[in-house]
Amino acid sequence: MADKKAKRRTKNPTGKTSQASKGSTVVAEPQTEMVRIYIMGKQYEVPKGLTIQKALEYAGMRLLRGCGCRGGFCGACGTVYRTEGDYKLKVALACQTVVEDGMYLTQIPFYPGNKAAYDIDKLSPTLDSIVQNYPEVMRCVQCNTCRKVCPQDIEVMQYIAAAMRGDIARLADLSFDCIMCGLCASRCPGELVQYYIAILGRRLYSKYMMPRAQHLARRIEEIQQGKFDKEIQELMTMNKEDLKRLYDTRDIEPEEELGEAIRLGEMSD
Amino acid sequence: MPIQPGVDPYPEYMRESIKKVEATRSKRIHQDHPMLSADEKLDLLKKYHPDHKEGELVEIKVGPSKGEKTFKEVERIIQAYSRIDPKSFDLSQIDYDVDVLVIGGGGGGSSAALLAHEAGAKVLLVTKLRLGDANTMMAQGGIQAADKEHDSPARHFLDVIGGGGYDNFPELVKALVLDAPHVMDWLQNLGTMFDKEKDGTYITIHGGGTSRKRMHAARDYSGAEIMRTLRDEVRNRGIEVLEFTAAIELLKDDKGQCAGAILYNMETEEHFVCRAKTTIIATGGAGRLHVQDFPTTNHYGATADGLVLAYRAGAPFIYMDAIQYHPTGAAYPEQILGLLVTEKVRGLGAQVLNVDGEQFIYPLETRDVESAAIIRECKDRGKGVTTPTGMVGVWLDSPLIELKHGKGTIKRMLPAMVRQYERCNIDMTKDPILIYPTQHYQNGGIKINPDAESEVPNLFIAGEASGGVHGRNRLMGNSLLDILVFGRRAGRNAAAKAKETTIGKLTLDHVVSYHNELKQAGISEDRISPMLLPDYRRPETKERQKGQIPLGRV
Repeated sequence: MADKKAKRRTKNPTGKTSQASKGSTVVAEPQTEMVRIYIMGKQYEVPKGLTIQKALEYAGMRLLRGCGCRGGFCGACGTVYRTEGDYKLKVALACQTVVEDGMYLTQIPFYPGNKAAYDIDKLSPTLDSIVQNYPEVMRCVQCNTCRKVCPQDIEVMQYIAAAMRGDIARLADLSFDCIMCGLCASRCPGELVQYYIAILGRRLYSKYMMPRAQHLARRIEEIQQGKFDKEIQELMTMNKEDLKRLYDTRDIEPEEELGEAIRLGEMSD
Repeated sequence: MPIQPGVDPYPEYMRESIKKVEATRSKRIHQDHPMLSADEKLDLLKKYHPDHKEGELVEIKVGPSKGEKTFKEVERIIQAYSRIDPKSFDLSQIDYDVDVLVIGGGGGGSSAALLAHEAGAKVLLVTKLRLGDANTMMAQGGIQAADKEHDSPARHFLDVIGGGGYDNFPELVKALVLDAPHVMDWLQNLGTMFDKEKDGTYITIHGGGTSRKRMHAARDYSGAEIMRTLRDEVRNRGIEVLEFTAAIELLKDDKGQCAGAILYNMETEEHFVCRAKTTIIATGGAGRLHVQDFPTTNHYGATADGLVLAYRAGAPFIYMDAIQYHPTGAAYPEQILGLLVTEKVRGLGAQVLNVDGEQFIYPLETRDVESAAIIRECKDRGKGVTTPTGMVGVWLDSPLIELKHGKGTIKRMLPAMVRQYERCNIDMTKDPILIYPTQHYQNGGIKINPDAESEVPNLFIAGEASGGVHGRNRLMGNSLLDILVFGRRAGRNAAAKAKETTIGKLTLDHVVSYHNELKQAGISEDRISPMLLPDYRRPETKERQKGQIPLGRV
C-alpha cells in the first residue's frame, strides 16, 4: 500500500475513496497495514490482523448466517478459501483465522446433511445401530478429504473407519472435538454426514459403554430419602452472620495429584 | 495447525517478562499465594470490582423495578420502545397455536422443550440464530454436582451462597443443589461423554470457591457436549423448532396471563403471531451489550432480549446491578481478545502472575475477587504487561500444570484451549498466556420462584435470563447446572400449567401502557429494543447507508 500516513484512505465498494472517520469501534489504527480480500469474489480492503469474521464486518457486512459464538465452538462460520495464484483450497473458522492478503473466501454456514431420528434408549452400541441409521457410512472410499477439510484437525476418516468396524469407543474418542460445522460433509464424495455419525457414536458410547457412576446413583437415592433436607433447611433459615461464619471456616478439600487415570492418559473417554 | 517453529508469538519485551515467570516457576510449584480473609475480599471488591465503579449505574424510571439501578448499557435497552406499534399490530390471525412456546435455543431452552414435550405438550421452540447458538456451547470448564461421598448438597449450598455474597434466594439454591445429581443422571442417560475413571466414577476438580472437587467436565468442551447432545435429542423427538426467528414482544390475554409472543423471521423480516398457553423465556444474558466497554466471552446473540420482553410484560428484575467479569479472558493476541480462558486452567493448578513473575492472588478465589485483584495489579500497582495494541494483562502460568500433573496433561484436559492458542502460534504448554477480566455473565435477571415462574402468570424463565439463584456472583460450573435445573423445571411446570389454562383475548395493551410510562418519563422515542443482534459494522459504513430506500420500492 502506498499511503500509510495517519489519515488512511480506504477504498469503498463503489471505487470512490473517503476518509475514515474518528471514533470507529473496529479501529484501523492509523499505521495499520491493509490487505485485500475477496468476499465471494468481490474485493475489499481490510486491516491486517483482523479475523475473517471481523474483516467481513469491517467491510460492511452484517452477519446473520455464518456467525455464532465467535469463539471457535459452534461451527457456524466454516469458511473455504484459497490465496491468489494458488489452486489449493483451504478451510478455516472465520472467527479463529486471521485474514491474509489475496484471500478469496466464501462461508458455508449451513450444509443440508441428513440426520437420522432415533430413540437412543432403543439402540445398542453396535455396528448395526450405525448402519441402520446411516447406511451411507459404507460408501466411504477412504479418500481422506474429510480429514484435510476439517478446521479442527480431527482424524475424520479414521473415526469413520472405526464406525465401519463397529469400534464405537474409538469413533467417540476420535470425534470428540467435532463442532459440527459441516465442512467434511461438503466435500465427501460418498455423501456421508460424518458429524451426525459421530454424535450417534458418542452418545452410544457414553450411554452404554462407559460404566455408570455408582456414587451418583447412591446420592440420588439419599436425596430421595430426604437425607439432606434437614441440614439444608437449617442453612436456609440461618441468619447471615452465622452463615458467614460457617462459610469462612468451612474446610477445603486439598488440591492434590489428579487421579492415576489422568496421569497415565487413560481416562475412559 | 502446528506451531511454527522459530517465530516467537510474543514481542521481545513480553518475552523478557516471561523469562521472569520462568525464573520463579520451580519455587512456586507448591506455594500458592494465601487466600484472602473475608474483610480483605470485601475491601478489594469495593475498590476494584467494575460493579462498584462510580457513575456506571443508573436508576430505572419505569416499570416493575422502578427505582432500582442497573448499568447504563442495560438501561438503554430496558427503557426503550417496541419494535412494533402495539396499537395497530394485527393480532387477529394466529399463525402458531401451541401449548408451550420456548424462546431461546440454548441449553435452558432445549431442556425446557424436551421436558415439556415429554409431559405431552405441543411445543414450539424459536431461536433467533440456530438451535444451539448459545453461551451453553461455549462453556468449557464444567458443571457442579455434589454427587461424591465426601461431598453433599448442603456443602454445595454453602459454597453457592457464600460465593454469591449471601444474597442468593435460598429456595432457588436448594432447588439447584438438590436437582444437580438428577441432572447428571439425566445427562448420563442421554449419553453425554463426561470424563470418568475406568470404574465409572466421574473425574471432578475444583472451581473457584468450591470446598469440594465437584466440577464434572467433558474435557474442555463441557457445554458443547451438553448442547450438541440436547440438540440431537430435540431433533430426534421431532419437536418443532423455528431457527432464525426471534420473539420481539410477549402477548398477554385479557385475564393478564402471558399468552405467547410476536415472532420475527430474521431473514424475511416478517412478523408472525404465536399464541401459547404458557411461555418460557430462555434467552440468556447480556454480554453483547458490552457494559463499561469490556470485551466479552459471550455468544453473538447475548443481547438480553428476554429481559426486555418480560419487563414490558410486568416481570420485575433482581440484581441487575451485578455483572460477572471472568478473571481470565484472553488479553493477547488481538484476534482472541476477550475470549474465555477456562477457569479449569486454574483448577488444574496454573497461577496468576504479574510482570515480574510474582503471585499476587490465590488462583482460585471466587471470580469477582480474582477479577478485582487482577484489575488492581494492572491499574493501581502498574504491574501488568501492556500488549502492542495497548491492552494490559497478567500472566496465567499454564506450563505449571505440566510440572504439577505430568507432561501431556494440558493437551489431554484442555484440548480446546490448546487449539485456540496454537492458532495464534502460542504453545501454552511451554509459554504462559496473557489474560485480563472480560464480561462473562449476568448474575441477576428476571425474578423467579423455584418453579421457574416469573411474577407474570404463565410466563416462565430459565437460565441466565433469570436472577436470584447466584446472588451477586455465580460460581464456575453453576451456570450449566442452572440452565438444566431450571430449564427442566420450567419445561415440566409450563406443560402442567398449560393443561389447566385457557387463553382469552390476545392483547398488547401492556406494551401500550409501557410506552405511555416511557413518554411520561421523558424517554426518547429513538430508543428501540430488543436489540436482537449487536452491530459491529463501522460508523463509516452506517454513515454511507443513511437515506437508503428499500430495493424495489416504486
